[in-house]
Amino acid sequence: MTVKIISVAGPPSAGKTSVIKQIIRALQPRRVAYLKIDVVAAFEDIELSREFSIPTKKVYSGDMCPDHMGIMVLRDAALWAEKEGAEYLLYESAGLCLRCTPYTVNSLGLCVISAISGTHAPLKMAPMISLADIAVVTKIDLVSQAEKEVFRERIREVAPAVDIIETNALQGSGLRYLMKRIEAMQAPSEKNDSLRGVPPLGVCTICIGKKDVGWQEHFGVIRPLASPESLYRGE
Amino acid sequence: MTQDTSSISSITILPGKTRDGSPEKFDALIIRPGDTLSIVGPTGSGKTALINDIEVFANCDTVTSRKILVNGVEPDEAMIRDPAKKPIAMITQNTKCLADLNVCDFLTMHMHSRRLIDDAVLEKTIAMANEFTGEKITGEMKMSELSGGQTRSLFIADAVVISDTPILLLDEIENAGIFKDRVIEILREDKKAIIFVTHDPYVALLTDKRIVMRNGAVQKILLPGDEEHKALEKIAAMDAAIFDLREKIRKGDLVTDVVGVIA
Repeated sequence: MTVKIISVAGPPSAGKTSVIKQIIRALQPRRVAYLKIDVVAAFEDIELSREFSIPTKKVYSGDMCPDHMGIMVLRDAALWAEKEGAEYLLYESAGLCLRCTPYTVNSLGLCVISAISGTHAPLKMAPMISLADIAVVTKIDLVSQAEKEVFRERIREVAPAVDIIETNALQGSGLRYLMKRIEAMQAPSEKNDSLRGVPPLGVCTICIGKKDVGWQEHFGVIRPLASPESLYRGE
Repeated sequence: MTQDTSSISSITILPGKTRDGSPEKFDALIIRPGDTLSIVGPTGSGKTALINDIEVFANCDTVTSRKILVNGVEPDEAMIRDPAKKPIAMITQNTKCLADLNVCDFLTMHMHSRRLIDDAVLEKTIAMANEFTGEKITGEMKMSELSGGQTRSLFIADAVVISDTPILLLDEIENAGIFKDRVIEILREDKKAIIFVTHDPYVALLTDKRIVMRNGAVQKILLPGDEEHKALEKIAAMDAAIFDLREKIRKGDLVTDVVGVIA
């Protein structure tokens, strides 16, 4: 496999697609393929193929966890991108779960997070940030100098080594360092790819369709409100 | 090696291109501590693009192709990338503060992120902010409840005292309810360089240097010196009159006469 994969994660409305557009623009005329995973609706594939005439695809996960779906289809997607003659595959996650991280060992992991999501946001999204290679902080033009600095410090708290890039993604300011990293990417040497992080604990009774409210109605991994310790194993 | 923001002796703007692609007509624009500049020109003439170039340390990689030097050389990467190491603070028209904190907690949060714990700094920041606005700011007030003028005053004081940035960029702060002359005075004393994007005649004439923009490029650089002195005095009186007028209207008074304005 020779296609270079860039995985883009981040909560809804963080500006993932705006960042992706800037990447595609900067990579032109090199060929880029795009894959979007979402739950019930997504329009980015149509938007991007119209704007840049690039091969795009979307997959709806429906009742399945979208990150789970991503893991299932990513290998096929890389083959598809290669067949399309793409040098890069941009893979955008649905960005719903703050526990899951879609980054794989072979890909460049971008976490897109908006500066207006509040100064505690980086702490709440810890796994998504700490396993990423780069945290792209968007909407930086909308916050004060003090908030900019505090936001960066909060990211540093959860991920001391992550590369942080502040940007106004609509204008593309500050993205020259992101492009440097992308330009420096090598084609993966390993054929097989694997997830970087520990996925959340497996299937529970709610996942299999038991809808009753209250832990008393379930079995397996159950949690009463007054739990002695956190179940989070961390990254 | 990381350049120290306290040792900034100059910022140089090297010319780029106009929208038609022809070169800009200036050699190099050098900004030094204590300088005051205003950027003027019609809407869409490239004023904001110019301060954005300064803010991102353009390196022939923005639409204008300008290049920015610090102390005569290309700035190092940390200075460009880390907001806490950046020698530039931008105060924009946007005065929203997202943090749902009171003034003390907000400033303390900022000081913590800079490993700076000093109550004197906190007090100094609030005191300076109060020099810029007539509406008193206290440490217990909520950031989200401050007026536009109070927020901007606090952001400027925060940039000057806590961030201690040598260069401030102020984007169209005219209707902000702050004492523009006090801001200029205090920043000049503090040896800060200050760059205004402005449509305000008073601000434009208060600054030492005026950059006139047209068609995406610097058209000329005015150094009025004493030539505008008389006009400035009159404008100061007019500005004060408008200020009084605004206060009267705010208070709910009837405006029967206007004092201090030249007919």
